Amino acid sequence: MTPHEKKGATQYTPYHPRWYRTRVSTYWWLWKWYYLKFVLRELSSIFVAYFVVITLLQVHSLSRGSETYARFEERMRNPLTIALNAISFFFVLFHAITWFNLAPRAIVARLGGKRVPDILIAGSNYVAWLAISATVAWFILR
Amino acid sequence: MAADAPKKLLEPFFWTLFSAGGVVAALLMPVHIFLFGLAFPLGWLQDLSHGRALAIIEHPLVRIYLFVFCALPLFHWAHRFRYTLYDGLQIKHLNEVITVFCYGGAIIGTALAGYVLWSIP
Repeated sequence: MTPHEKKGATQYTPYHPRWYRTRVSTYWWLWKWYYLKFVLRELSSIFVAYFVVITLLQVHSLSRGSETYARFEERMRNPLTIALNAISFFFVLFHAITWFNLAPRAIVARLGGKRVPDILIAGSNYVAWLAISATVAWFILR
Repeated sequence: MAADAPKKLLEPFFWTLFSAGGVVAALLMPVHIFLFGLAFPLGWLQDLSHGRALAIIEHPLVRIYLFVFCALPLFHWAHRFRYTLYDGLQIKHLNEVITVFCYGGAIIGTALAGYVLWSIP
């Protein structure tokens, strides 16, 4: 009995030879930049969730009064928090760039019977990104 | 067969939330992290006073904005993280536990966001 059969990974298939599947290493994504990029992109979601938590903590401490908010700001000035925020910033940037670059694959727009070129679709995403970021920054800093 | 039916309905629903959350995270999150995570704490920009920050957040439209800003990216996280564990680390035998943890976490996070944002005095 092979290890595969013991685990029940393969089952008897009528009129068909037993499937042959090689075992893939858990770290299959480490050895090729293309795969590593894929996994890093997926991991960016952890930092997205992290900053949602930070935002909710900020709103919560804001509504608890100025003393609580001062304590929140103090914790945000902690070098460890800043380091984590810097890492999160780069991961979220990576998410944004890969997301916008994939947009032409998801959106197939046609104009006058012709397909809108990929660079225009990705480009419009980047323009929207800049405009929205500037608006948000203006709204907060004004 | 019957047990597959809700799964087939839920998958596109969660995928839509994942996709919408991806858009929100890509368009809005970098500027938020830059300002609140780096520029204010490091003193590159004058930090907002408590009164000013509270004045911004009291507006109903800002609260709705923040609710969307929190809720959709949580579902984006749930979907991606689920498949990172599934494909990346090949943890397939815990599939059900992971699914409940990820989407359950996003649902609880969304409820918390609603509570926190609506309970501002």
